[in-house]
Amino acid sequence: MKHFDYDVVVIGGGHAGAEAAHASARMGARTALLTLSRDGIGVMSCNPAIGGLGKGHLVREIDAMDGVMGKVADRAGIQFRLLNRRKGPAVQGPRTQADRKIYRETMLSFTEAQENLEIIDGEAVDFLMVEGAVRGVVLEGGSEISSAAVVLTTGTFLRGVIHIGDVSRPGGRMGDKPSVKLAERIDAFGLPLGRLKTGTPPRLDGRTIDWPALESQPADDDPTMFSFLSRAPFARQISCGITHTNAKTHEIIRRNLDRSAMYGGHISGVGPRYCPSIEDKIVRFADKESHQIFLEPEGLEDHTVYPNGISTSLPEDVQEAYIHSIAGLEQAVILQPGYAIEYDYVDPRALDATLRVKSVPGLFLAGQINGTTGYEEAAAQGLAAGINAALASAGREPFQFSRADSYIGVMIDDLISRGVTEPYRMFTSRAEFRLSLRADNADQRLTPIAIALGCAGTERRTVFEDKQSRMKLARQRISEKTYTAKELSAVGVGLTQDGARRTGFELLSLPSVDFSTLRLLDPGLEVIDREVSGQLEKDAIYAHYIERQQRDVEAMRRDEAHIIPEGFDFLNVEGLTTEQKVKLDRLRPSNLAQAARMEGITPAALTLLLSKIRQAKRSQSA
Amino acid sequence: MDTIFALATSAGKAGVAVIRISGPHAFEAGRALAGDLPKTRVAGLRRLMDQDGLILDEALVLCFEQGASFTGEQVVELQLHGSVAVISQVLRVLSDMPQLRMAEPGEFTRRALTSGQLDLAQVEGLADLIDAETEAQRRQAFRVLSGELGSKAEGWRRDLIRAAALIEATIDFADEDVPVDVSPEVTELLLGVRASIATEISGVETAERIRSGFEVAIVGAPNVGKSTLLNRLAGRDAAITSEYAGTTRDIIEVRMDIAGLPVTLLDTAGLRETKDHVEAIGIGRARERATAADLRVFLVEKGGALLLEPQQGDIVLRAKGDLGSSGDDAISGLTGQGVDDLVRRLGEILSSRAANVGIATRNRHRSAMMRADESLALAERHISSSFEETDIVAEELRTAVRALEALVGRIDVENLLDEIFASFCLGK
Repeated sequence: MKHFDYDVVVIGGGHAGAEAAHASARMGARTALLTLSRDGIGVMSCNPAIGGLGKGHLVREIDAMDGVMGKVADRAGIQFRLLNRRKGPAVQGPRTQADRKIYRETMLSFTEAQENLEIIDGEAVDFLMVEGAVRGVVLEGGSEISSAAVVLTTGTFLRGVIHIGDVSRPGGRMGDKPSVKLAERIDAFGLPLGRLKTGTPPRLDGRTIDWPALESQPADDDPTMFSFLSRAPFARQISCGITHTNAKTHEIIRRNLDRSAMYGGHISGVGPRYCPSIEDKIVRFADKESHQIFLEPEGLEDHTVYPNGISTSLPEDVQEAYIHSIAGLEQAVILQPGYAIEYDYVDPRALDATLRVKSVPGLFLAGQINGTTGYEEAAAQGLAAGINAALASAGREPFQFSRADSYIGVMIDDLISRGVTEPYRMFTSRAEFRLSLRADNADQRLTPIAIALGCAGTERRTVFEDKQSRMKLARQRISEKTYTAKELSAVGVGLTQDGARRTGFELLSLPSVDFSTLRLLDPGLEVIDREVSGQLEKDAIYAHYIERQQRDVEAMRRDEAHIIPEGFDFLNVEGLTTEQKVKLDRLRPSNLAQAARMEGITPAALTLLLSKIRQAKRSQSA
Repeated sequence: MDTIFALATSAGKAGVAVIRISGPHAFEAGRALAGDLPKTRVAGLRRLMDQDGLILDEALVLCFEQGASFTGEQVVELQLHGSVAVISQVLRVLSDMPQLRMAEPGEFTRRALTSGQLDLAQVEGLADLIDAETEAQRRQAFRVLSGELGSKAEGWRRDLIRAAALIEATIDFADEDVPVDVSPEVTELLLGVRASIATEISGVETAERIRSGFEVAIVGAPNVGKSTLLNRLAGRDAAITSEYAGTTRDIIEVRMDIAGLPVTLLDTAGLRETKDHVEAIGIGRARERATAADLRVFLVEKGGALLLEPQQGDIVLRAKGDLGSSGDDAISGLTGQGVDDLVRRLGEILSSRAANVGIATRNRHRSAMMRADESLALAERHISSSFEETDIVAEELRTAVRALEALVGRIDVENLLDEIFASFCLGK
């Protein structure tokens, strides 16, 4: 076997790249993280926050796989808030404002400390190609690094163009240069590309904001951490401010619409509907008299404030004018104007479920380059790509997340089977097994997988196994003892006196019963800690639904197990309608479950596909 | 694995009809109907009864053990008297059993394949059949969708998307400018859908008995002899015929029995350009109705155009055979020339189609609606509970939508997001 300089090279030190490099190194692969500058590792180029709805789930899952994002976010968190606190545990999402500087520095120090991982400063200008496979990178200046696999995580750097009003120039995020040469190489692979856009708001000087005049939003009193290994925030907690746009703001923007890059026709890419520019909001929702703005401090020692909700591509003078029309911002100084950025992405349908480019052996893609948005989405892909690059370099079987075990699985399946039409963001509504895929049980779902893969470190393993044994004991205890309605009425729980005996676990599924009620019935439960009792409460609430979802999960897993061979000829499956053939050939599902989720694919068509798959398999093995 | 059941023989009157039940609860279901079951692979005569002890039919019952059946699972086959009423009653009783559901088209075959019970040669042979099945499904869906149930289903779809979008907006965009309490609007939407479903459930039951039949439309230019042909077929003056073009303005239906199947013959207004407003409405309706019918018989005079795109299997005949047209495809309502031939062809075509279309779909719809209604009722209850259980409300709504997929089509998360982004200004 050929000797490589590294097993895996990761190009790009953003959120996808950092997570990919760490995952690969944890798996035992000799890993190089190639970045333009090590100061760029872990930079938050958009809003200074981690987590949220759907996104918070992703971070918990990354952490359950012993990834880094959760641990770093816990150290950088300056305003922890659990969203949807009152809407049911399955849809609660942890979120925090993050101190940019702490985040970046922590990520860098974790990366430097990681065994098997080396940071290389340099620019990748090309891939090393061996017999059509990617086997390393060529750096600016001509030096070469060989590797068994490469993970490319270049974000918006592919033909990035920045727009401020009618001024535009090439660039990735502000201040970075775009990778034109690498883009040309990607072109040569003939991968399908698309164009997307995204925007940022102007950054403000916090010292010039009239904070006392504004409403403020404090952090939670009992913060929820991202990492299963963290107990409490590391940094001081702060509040965010809230203000609103008004009629005057809208008037200024409306008057200058033709000077906006987006409305002036300078931008062709498609932007996200869930994060529109302030121009978009005012045009599309003309009746709305005011829009909410969150004023988010970028750090404890940093005066920069990120006004969330008013991203824009208007010229600087207009940005200045509308900012000053907003309550509390009358005197605000703009430190950096808002801008819109357009970039190329690779249609993720060109990837398989391990995020490997189907047509190019040795090459994995992760992050914004696959048409997603958000640090968490990027990091989650980085994790999947890093694990699989390491597995591939060791000649081991690939590993796939499933829609049934994680949001990561949902996201990757969505990407590779449907592609994207706008920057893809995670929502909890995308997960059909939402009640089972909770932030609180991410470790139960994924840490055993991480341990089996060899992706979890010793600390993770110990903490998890300890929790498992506590959970088991506690669950046993509350499932053994049973209570009558009469006993329950003594502790204030009203039930029909039907003579039936219910276990403690069954009681927990009643909305009016929580663990403190059980403690009244059985004082011995005092010894059960809050982490375990909290999770048992949640398990009990959903027990009935999870059982139901389990049946759907099994059905889906059976279909997932029917792999459609690569290169399978859909067009020649006799009996399918032309419409079905064309659709299958275009989307190329990789298993029967993916085919079943496609519109217009009937049960009969699936039967036919299944028979052809079996036939193809049999003739292969013969 | 669910236990599934379906009519395994063709719909329509016949000496014997076979209902097949397959899955882990097949024997249990068989016992519920027949009292006790004969030994496996030995036929036994049993009296089938519903849950209230009412006798449904006397049937020959056959059981197959797991691993020794067509599907590879426990299988019970009921050989019933081939009466439409008996079949539909037994199917109804089965669909009321909690562990059972109506099989999806092709599902028995699929299970047979999955368990390896069917070999590849057999599968090859099945391919054509499966194709016919999807075709029937498509036509069936189109007919259902073009009718009243279709517009109702469209309404349900709209309302369910709206309700689910409202709930999901409060979940996924909690920190943003969305209404905090959506429960009044959601409750109103759910109540509306439930009321409409309730009407439909009772309607399907009666409609199923009265009019489970095929529609055959007679299509052609005005005065080409459509009504005369209909009268000849029906043996009575059902449609008013005269020599003046454009006499038939409304669609005239005549019910007949062809090859044991109930058939509704449609006499449609003649297709032509017209300035007469009333006639134009009639022609428009005729086109719609004829397109949605199961089969069309085109009457064309020499040199005449078809005026409507024929679909696969349609019959094209030369009109007014008595005025000189001759040959196999000439027909005359006046003299009866070619009429017997037409009846025979109709019988052949419809019988082969009856294998796939019929009560099954209707009953499937009924049980889908019942399952959906159950979930909607639960969703409603959770909304009004004092504990905020938004995630559970959303789950019940999702379950309801999935049950109704066969009727309203698939509702995807993208449909919900479309509605959310169209209704609320998001992006804090």
